Amino acid sequence: MGERSLTFAQAINEAMHLAMEKDPEVLCYGLGVDDPKRIFGTTKGLQEAFGEERVFDMPTSENGMLGIGIGAALNDMKPVMVHQRLDFFLLAMDQLVNAAAKWFYMFGGQRSVPITIRLMLGRGWGQGPTHSQNLQAWFAHIPGLKVVMPATAADAKGLLLASIFDPNPVVFLEHRWLHHQEGNVPAGWQDDVLGKAKVLRTGTDITLVAISYQVVEALRAAEVLQSVGISAEVIDLRTVQPIDWATIEASIAKTGRVLALDTGALTCSVSAEIVARSAEKQFSLLKTAPARIAMPDFPEPTSYGLTKSFHPDARNIVTQACKMCCVTEIEKALNSLTVPEHHDVPGEWFKGPF
Amino acid sequence: MKNSSPETQESAVTFENMNGAYKLSVLKSMLRIRMVEEEIAKRYPQGKMRCPTHLSVGQECVPAVIGTLLSESDLAVSTHRAHAHYLAKGGDLKAMLAEIYGKQSGCCKGRGGSMHLIDEKVGFKGSTAIVGNTIPIGVGLALSQKLRGKNDITVVFLGDGAIEEGVFYEAANFAVVKKLPVLFVCENNLYSVYSPLKVRQPQGRKICDIASTIGLHSQEGDGNIVAETHRVLTTAIDVCRQGQSATFVELHTYRWREHCGPHYDNDIGYRSEAEFLAWKERDPIELYKTQLYKAKILDAEKLQVMIRQLETEIQDAFQFAETSPYPPSEQAYSPVFAQGVNINIAEVANG
Ligand SMILES: Cc1ncc(C[n+]2csc(CCOP(=O)(O)OP(=O)(O)O)c2C)c(N)n1
Ligand SMILES: [Mg+2]
Repeated sequence: MGERSLTFAQAINEAMHLAMEKDPEVLCYGLGVDDPKRIFGTTKGLQEAFGEERVFDMPTSENGMLGIGIGAALNDMKPVMVHQRLDFFLLAMDQLVNAAAKWFYMFGGQRSVPITIRLMLGRGWGQGPTHSQNLQAWFAHIPGLKVVMPATAADAKGLLLASIFDPNPVVFLEHRWLHHQEGNVPAGWQDDVLGKAKVLRTGTDITLVAISYQVVEALRAAEVLQSVGISAEVIDLRTVQPIDWATIEASIAKTGRVLALDTGALTCSVSAEIVARSAEKQFSLLKTAPARIAMPDFPEPTSYGLTKSFHPDARNIVTQACKMCCVTEIEKALNSLTVPEHHDVPGEWFKGPF
Repeated sequence: MKNSSPETQESAVTFENMNGAYKLSVLKSMLRIRMVEEEIAKRYPQGKMRCPTHLSVGQECVPAVIGTLLSESDLAVSTHRAHAHYLAKGGDLKAMLAEIYGKQSGCCKGRGGSMHLIDEKVGFKGSTAIVGNTIPIGVGLALSQKLRGKNDITVVFLGDGAIEEGVFYEAANFAVVKKLPVLFVCENNLYSVYSPLKVRQPQGRKICDIASTIGLHSQEGDGNIVAETHRVLTTAIDVCRQGQSATFVELHTYRWREHCGPHYDNDIGYRSEAEFLAWKERDPIELYKTQLYKAKILDAEKLQVMIRQLETEIQDAFQFAETSPYPPSEQAYSPVFAQGVNINIAEVANG
């Protein structure tokens, strides 16, 4: 099949169309799935193609509406629920944790819950304390949930299809700063698997294990690191539950250095898990202490002034990687990184408000 | 804010026999909210107010009226669309604008933005951005008021969408059981973002009827007409203050501009220009002005004076917000925990 360039949002949209065409029991619902904005374009054309019974708006009732999706899933439907912010979905933690995550195991493996929950991770333009939380570690901490975090357009499509047709509950996290990013996406059906990481760039000196938007920063950093003689391997984790340890461990065995990059708060993060595991399992192979870069352990403030250095980016990665590789030309490396005019937007085209 | 004490508020006091000065104060409060919101809309595209911002243009009547009926010791909580509620409760305009601009002088020191407003000095206990979030919090405030045996009440502002959250039923139920002095003020503007009521709630069922079935003292009214809003709210506040029942009012109104942001959006297809124009015909401010002109309480000159005063105040406040410094970026890392021991020894000793 040929490849075309699509945005991440278009790739999600294409996956939804393919899934709904393939299986009449795939549903799509959530606040605004049929409104003029169509969830940043990701649900475009669905209601027109598949009707109001399968694609529908909902009351502002997150917990109840998740439970309703779980019920439908227990009767073999495959609901895809959408929330424009992860933060709104926090109201549904009871249904997610006590029902969806438990059902298969608790009832002796008789019935699983094939539901997919798409949550958007906000950032920038003053999204602030309650519109920007990256709580992947919460979800990953619950046995029984799969947690998917694509970083590229092609993976957005492939992993969403894999999530929808996975027999288990999947939390599918889309970073708002990825929606507009373009990439080559194969046309037609795409087979992918959950729980497999991808090596996006091979290297020999240090392993950068990144998730979601941090993959973009890791690739920028790797380019610059090359110029000061550091060969960085970039792993896009793609799924944070289950984690593809084999790919990570093989890379660390080669480089002897690991730097984990997270979009969530540092303490008890996914990156903490990667560091812990590498120390436990590969201690003798490590040339330097494993490290991680994540968000500070603070709520994200709203102010433009307060967020100036709040989100770690390629600069932090370059600095840390240089230290770990005992390379002193940090300034030189940093100088070749372009700094955007405004730190709080994914591009100058973004004018708010959401 | 009303200056007289709440005790002087009798249900017998109808809007019609309120004096001219009072009636003008309601107008001024409505105009103030309108002019602040319109100025935000005008300046927002300059890209200096960098946070999600929800305006109350078209919905000024309810907040303006209730603001005149509460005392400073009454409390209020609100939602993502809170500018009007904050201002009507007496919140500091400069601190609100500075907050929207993300400045150090903002009411949350730049941490909250437009959707998180607070002014403890006047009993505005906070607005938050997650739908339904402050509903039980308001009930908790009312619980504390009841336990303290004071005559104060708490107002919970909410939208028609928030009624759909389970937490509304849980909180309202408890408020009824305990007869808490809480007043739920639901501004039904027909929409939750772009979703009309009919895809979210059964047609023909009224929100005020749900509230009454739960056991709340419940009324509805036209939230674009000052006299009616005043009647409904004075009754509710009386019932609430006398400890008879937790209360609910549903007031019908309409948001003029887009859900979030400064623009008009009647062209994008979720509602019609005709619907908007019909509501604009029923502009709460114009309707009220006409009434005041007829009653010879208002004339062109009085109106001009009022507008000029407000313009000066508002321009000053914007100037203040724009020229205030950003908080230093290190302040993002100030403590997330309060320090010390949370016992008021004096109060404990006094029982
Ligand atoms: C729990 C939750 N779900 C969804 C949202 C997104 N959201 C923000 S405002 C809003 C509309 C709420 O409608 P309503 O209560 O009628 O208030 P209005 O905007 O009309 O004033 C929604 C759905 C949210 N902030 N929180
Ligand atoms: Mg509404």
